[in-house]
Amino acid sequence: MNGQVGIVDRYLDLFDKNIGKIMDSSSPYINSLREPAYQTFRRMGIPDKKNENYKFADLALFFDFDYKTRLVPGKSDIEEAKNFQCGVADLETQGMILVNGYYPYADKLKQLPDGVWTGSFREASSQFGSLFEEHYGKYANTESDGLVHLNTAMATDGIFTYVPDGTVCEKPIQIVNIVQSDEDIFNQHRNLIVLGKNVQMTMIICDHTLSPRKFLTNAVTEVVVGENSIFNIIRVQNEHNYSGKITHTFINQEKNSFASSNNIILHGGLVWNNTYHYLVGEGAEAKSNGLYLIDKFQHVGNYVSIDHFVPNCTSNQLFKGVIDEMATGVFNGRIYVHPDAQKTAAFQRNNNILLTDDAKVFTKPHLEIYADDVKCSHGATVGQPDNDIMFYLRSRGIDQREAKLMLMFGFAHEVIQEIGVKALRERLDDLVMQRLRGELSRCANCVVKCY
Amino acid sequence: MILKINNLHAGIGEKTILKGINLEVRTGEVHAIMGPNGSGKSTLASVLAGRETVTVTEGEIFYNGKNLLEMSPEERSKEGLFLGFQYPIEIPGVSMVAFMKAAVNEHRKYRGLEPLSASDFLKLMREKKELVGIDSKLANRSVNEGFSGGEKKKNEIFQMAMLEPKLSILDETDSGLDIDALRIVANGVNKLKRPDSSSIVITHYQRLLDYIVPDIVHVLYDGRIVKTSGKELALELEEKGYNWIQKEVNQN
Repeated sequence: MNGQVGIVDRYLDLFDKNIGKIMDSSSPYINSLREPAYQTFRRMGIPDKKNENYKFADLALFFDFDYKTRLVPGKSDIEEAKNFQCGVADLETQGMILVNGYYPYADKLKQLPDGVWTGSFREASSQFGSLFEEHYGKYANTESDGLVHLNTAMATDGIFTYVPDGTVCEKPIQIVNIVQSDEDIFNQHRNLIVLGKNVQMTMIICDHTLSPRKFLTNAVTEVVVGENSIFNIIRVQNEHNYSGKITHTFINQEKNSFASSNNIILHGGLVWNNTYHYLVGEGAEAKSNGLYLIDKFQHVGNYVSIDHFVPNCTSNQLFKGVIDEMATGVFNGRIYVHPDAQKTAAFQRNNNILLTDDAKVFTKPHLEIYADDVKCSHGATVGQPDNDIMFYLRSRGIDQREAKLMLMFGFAHEVIQEIGVKALRERLDDLVMQRLRGELSRCANCVVKCY
Repeated sequence: MILKINNLHAGIGEKTILKGINLEVRTGEVHAIMGPNGSGKSTLASVLAGRETVTVTEGEIFYNGKNLLEMSPEERSKEGLFLGFQYPIEIPGVSMVAFMKAAVNEHRKYRGLEPLSASDFLKLMREKKELVGIDSKLANRSVNEGFSGGEKKKNEIFQMAMLEPKLSILDETDSGLDIDALRIVANGVNKLKRPDSSSIVITHYQRLLDYIVPDIVHVLYDGRIVKTSGKELALELEEKGYNWIQKEVNQN
């Protein structure tokens, strides 16, 4: 067995004890994938540092722990996403919440005015059976990460969204992931997002914790972006530092589609985002961007993998981090140009500012190129705040602390300005400034008192 | 007396660049400091603004009677000292508005004033843009990012207008400017001149001094001020170059 021996048993046990209840609540197609996924997870285990994707990750701190798990939806006193305003206050969204990975509303599946279907993953798996058979588990089947298979083996609920051909969604869809429990819990949820042809949609996912317990979440999202469609996913992660979160996002892109994935990491003890873009149709374009503003003992990583399967596709990765105190940041960016993928353009950049001697960053480009007519580049920097900029700001009367904040804000803004929704950009700029000032632990305008 | 420099020695690392500068600037005066490349002009500007890469090894500087060398760069700015950079710095992601708002409000706080309201601040920006004659679009961009050489220099004068300094030091503000940009920069400086403000204009060429008329001209050579005279000295330098100064110094 590979991976972290011993730890894996905890999760195999969870499966063995609960598989009956899990199967009772899911559709036959989803259940048919559970046993093979369990066997794969059993073989691969929890990733350790020998796994290239997790080379600099330290998962044991969060995985080697005795969590309870929730197999039925828990109660929550939070009903409305709009009450939960830390993230994006003035932005009009189609909001919904997930509580510990479960869709809490009585109305399990609904059609929005613009024709978009959205609701509970569990409910949709029966009502949209053929769509599930076509897509579910097709993209999240990587041979390099046992945790994806652990999710396929056990997840029962999450968000489902289906955008029919030709639909332009005026409002972003916002999912507020809430973890709230008086016990230490391990959650898994699963999202399936299917966009037809000629569709435009933006999805915002906000991760929050509302109670002071130790949590671990392992979430998988599969996205299908149809021909000529435009899709943006923006993840704003603001969980407390006793919380661990592993996300796996698989974006399958068809001909002439555009998809951007954006991970904004603010708080959270362990945050590890794995983002995959599969460019399977010619003319597809992928952007994968991320920002991590971390301090204390935060341990944060982004693994990005872009597969160019066909010719004439473009991809860009831009990840930036400000690492303070004892925190650790990781960027691991892979570009894989398959033999047929001529005329590929694939670029990658990672810039980091370390604010203390104890702050750490690991950055690892990984390019595999099997076509000969391609343009690829990568670059990484690690440094301290730029002295020339600091002096320039100070020479205008701005004190050292404020000058440093402005410098870091400007540094971070490059990632924020890539986000396609103006109202969200402005809100994120605010959040970044609050985070840099250390004022984000509790948001004044929020009705929910976060831990 | 706004500025008094006594026997200033300073350098970068092991290298001594300024070797005993003495200079006095009175309120209302415009001084020009000229000199060949490498004579120490920019190092002097850096010492005055408080750049930490330059180390002062000997001497003292009094600014309005206060010990300048004990003050941080931001304190110097708030006390009314302004450095126009030879190479203005680009700050991606920080808008000119945010930058100037922070600077103006820090200055106001220092003087015990409330921060400007958003509308008063924008009004001030507009007035100063017009005064200096810079493109109003520049103010909506990130600080100096993608600005041409001329735009960067005009932006320095704009910042000077916003902060209304008592002593401005313009470090080779004319370098890299075409004649139109030079005129705009010089006009800005002239319009900003007040009876209670002083300027030190550092330049390699005489041509800026066709537009900014100095009261006193100094020649800096090998870390020392070797000649001080009226504005006619600039014309003499333009005519004869720096060689005759070098000869004179070497003979002594």
